[in-house]
Amino acid sequence: MEYEDIIHRCFRCGYCKFPEDYHDINCPSYRKFGFETYSPGGRMWLIKAWLNKEINTSNRYGEILYSCATCGNCMEHCVMPFKDDLLNIFEAAKAELVNGGIIPPGVRDYFKAINVNLNPYKEPQDTRSDWVQDAGIEMYSGQEYLFYVGDVGSFDERGKRMARSVAKVLKEAGVSMGILGSEETCDGNEVKVLGEEGLFQFLAEKNITQFNELGIKKIITLDPHAFNVFKKEYPDLGGRFLVWHYSQVLAELARDKKLPLHEFKAKVTYHDPCYLGRHNRVYDEPRRILKAIPGLELVEMSRNRENAYCCGGGGGNFFTDILGMGEDSPSRIRVREALDTGADILAVACPVCAKMFEDAVKTEEIEDRLKIMDLAEIIIEARNQ
Amino acid sequence: MGNVYNSLVEIVGAEYVSNQPEETFFYSRDPGLSEPHNPDFVVMPKTTEEVQKIVLLANQEKIPIVPMGGSLTLSGLCIPLKNGIVLDLKRMNHILEINEQSRYALVEAGVSHGVLQSYLNRKHPRLMHSAPDAPPMNTVAGNVAIHGSGHLSQETGFHSEMVQGLEVVLPTGEICYTGSCSVVPKWFARAPLPDLAGLFLGWLGTTGIMTKLSIRLYPKPLKKDVLMFVTENPDYMPDIIYNVTETKMAEDVNLFAQPKPDWAEGFQHTVINITGNSEEEMSFKRRLIRRSLHKYIHNKVGGFMFVLPMIKPGMMEAPMRTLSNFADVEKGGGFEYIGVIIPTENFPILYRDAIQIAEKYRPKWSIMCRVIGRGHSMMFSYAWPFNRADPDDMEMAKKALHESNISGLKSGGVIWKPEVEGQRMMMEAMDPHTLKLLQTIKKTLDPNGIMNPGNWEAK
Repeated sequence: MEYEDIIHRCFRCGYCKFPEDYHDINCPSYRKFGFETYSPGGRMWLIKAWLNKEINTSNRYGEILYSCATCGNCMEHCVMPFKDDLLNIFEAAKAELVNGGIIPPGVRDYFKAINVNLNPYKEPQDTRSDWVQDAGIEMYSGQEYLFYVGDVGSFDERGKRMARSVAKVLKEAGVSMGILGSEETCDGNEVKVLGEEGLFQFLAEKNITQFNELGIKKIITLDPHAFNVFKKEYPDLGGRFLVWHYSQVLAELARDKKLPLHEFKAKVTYHDPCYLGRHNRVYDEPRRILKAIPGLELVEMSRNRENAYCCGGGGGNFFTDILGMGEDSPSRIRVREALDTGADILAVACPVCAKMFEDAVKTEEIEDRLKIMDLAEIIIEARNQ
Repeated sequence: MGNVYNSLVEIVGAEYVSNQPEETFFYSRDPGLSEPHNPDFVVMPKTTEEVQKIVLLANQEKIPIVPMGGSLTLSGLCIPLKNGIVLDLKRMNHILEINEQSRYALVEAGVSHGVLQSYLNRKHPRLMHSAPDAPPMNTVAGNVAIHGSGHLSQETGFHSEMVQGLEVVLPTGEICYTGSCSVVPKWFARAPLPDLAGLFLGWLGTTGIMTKLSIRLYPKPLKKDVLMFVTENPDYMPDIIYNVTETKMAEDVNLFAQPKPDWAEGFQHTVINITGNSEEEMSFKRRLIRRSLHKYIHNKVGGFMFVLPMIKPGMMEAPMRTLSNFADVEKGGGFEYIGVIIPTENFPILYRDAIQIAEKYRPKWSIMCRVIGRGHSMMFSYAWPFNRADPDDMEMAKKALHESNISGLKSGGVIWKPEVEGQRMMMEAMDPHTLKLLQTIKKTLDPNGIMNPGNWEAK
């Protein structure tokens, strides 16, 4: 297995479980399941044991590996020199299970759906642009930017609302962009972290070929997961594009006074999506947008920026649901934390987070006290008031 | 065993009981070099009542119970030597009370030092507790149970001395309280009652399961700084410690020696932490401490080393993240140390012994010491890294640990948080009447021998 020479170096000291100030457990799967085995150190020791044949492949071993939300907290806070490879190690261990044909059913179904439908929702590709409705967004035909929406923005009802809002705001600000519609293909970020390297390569190469054929040079993504994979993985496969997350574009537009921002009297707290924040260090731009909105009061949750607590949707868990729900599920913990700030709105910048939190506020029965809104939705709401 | 499993599920819920190979593998070992022993079950209770039910079940079934906090002693104290139930207490994670006026924290057994520290920083910024150098996951209860020490131990003693009261589930299932909380509903003192807390501190989980405890908090100074004094002769150390502690100006005093970088070989570094509430106070303390060591500077046998400003925060950090890096000095993921509590004057003997053991077994090593209670004693540790992927290297490290145990005892020390071998050595050296008393207390409290069996167990 790749990284085999590193795995024994984990001391299981447990810094990886915490945020910087040790406020609370910051590893979603360890917080949820409680057993040490579900912590990053637990995974390291189990992978080593599995390689040494001290434990066998089992449903539980699969659950332990696949409950990792790939939030990156462990990489952020591990004190060892190999910290940057932690998620790569977990990915390599999952790849071993994929290659051995022994993966949890939820993961298997996710791969199947993408293999057959090019999206995990098993929806026909020609419905991929149904989200557009009144957003007035055009198909890509040489505009400056491709607006890459991704699976969640294309098919999930909550994601679609967010995609529409972002598209509208960008368009109204005069951004020249188009979408791929039914020609858009899954970006492959989750496929990769779930260990299906072959399928990832297929998806990435398909996208890269298509982008190149269409002459696409610049991409704005709705989803931080796509932003991550385009920026970090596609270049190794020959896909070199200039990539922005939409929050970065909105922040630039706001700075240049090209984005009309209306007064919005609300107390807002912002949740850093893992693939925007920890994975790509985009912390300031979303906050700059919120701070630029007149009347809006931005308050921080105690765990923010590189210490933010994950929504629980990463690492494919949004689709596979291996982390599951319950009182200790990450999204429910996070919305309670948001509520503690006294905020009326939990602002998000990721369709996965939006959906996770919207479900969580319903389960917590606090939807009348805490609204989940994307940055663009806040901008539109302010305008409409 | 099927009945036991079902009963445990009934007590804590199916999601918090495991007899799966993944958990039995992981909980069979700790990061040190002790031999693994598989538990039959790993159980995570949430309440004292659940712990009580598990203890009653274990008595009925004559199955061992091993209470576990952070499992970071490195000496195998949470390894279930005779199988049975490992009780991972970290779901009992509530901070129940912070008494600002009487300065104590009442916490459940699974509260970690990291979480308590963070909580105090945010909600009670004028208070602090004594943080050990172990990683933040180590629990307050686990640390007092092994007589741990930390950043305030130079001034105030072992962490077990800071305990004000305990809630304990006895090995026979009764829930019992020690200290003021056994008489009135406040957890502010152990005195003037007979000190029953002593029945549970240092017993390595063999006499009961701590489920709550109160621990002293202290005023938190606004400023801190660190001074580093360096000498090349270990014989000077007892006098240096005496002089520094005599000033009463230092918060924490640690010593370390290591062979790397090359220029540091042969140095004994005395790290003196000072704290205060104004620059005036800090300057005064610095001045007195410098003056206390003036003769060494005057005689050109010692001096204060310039500490780079960028290094200072790491040196004053509690817990100190860089300590865990010692496990990776050989890219091997492991280290274990023998800690010995010694009279301060014995430092030179142990220091020279440690260097000899290092020359014999380990090219990379570290000596780390903490002054306890203004020099009443010291925690002296011989730390040996090892490569977890190299069985031969691990065997060599085991030999170094074995010789460290022998050296510690021979040099007039008492082995701290001893692994089974260290316990055996100490029981062999122990006054026979004391040993008999120890065994009688254990047998009386735990007639079925279910509590962490294999520990403090005389032949």
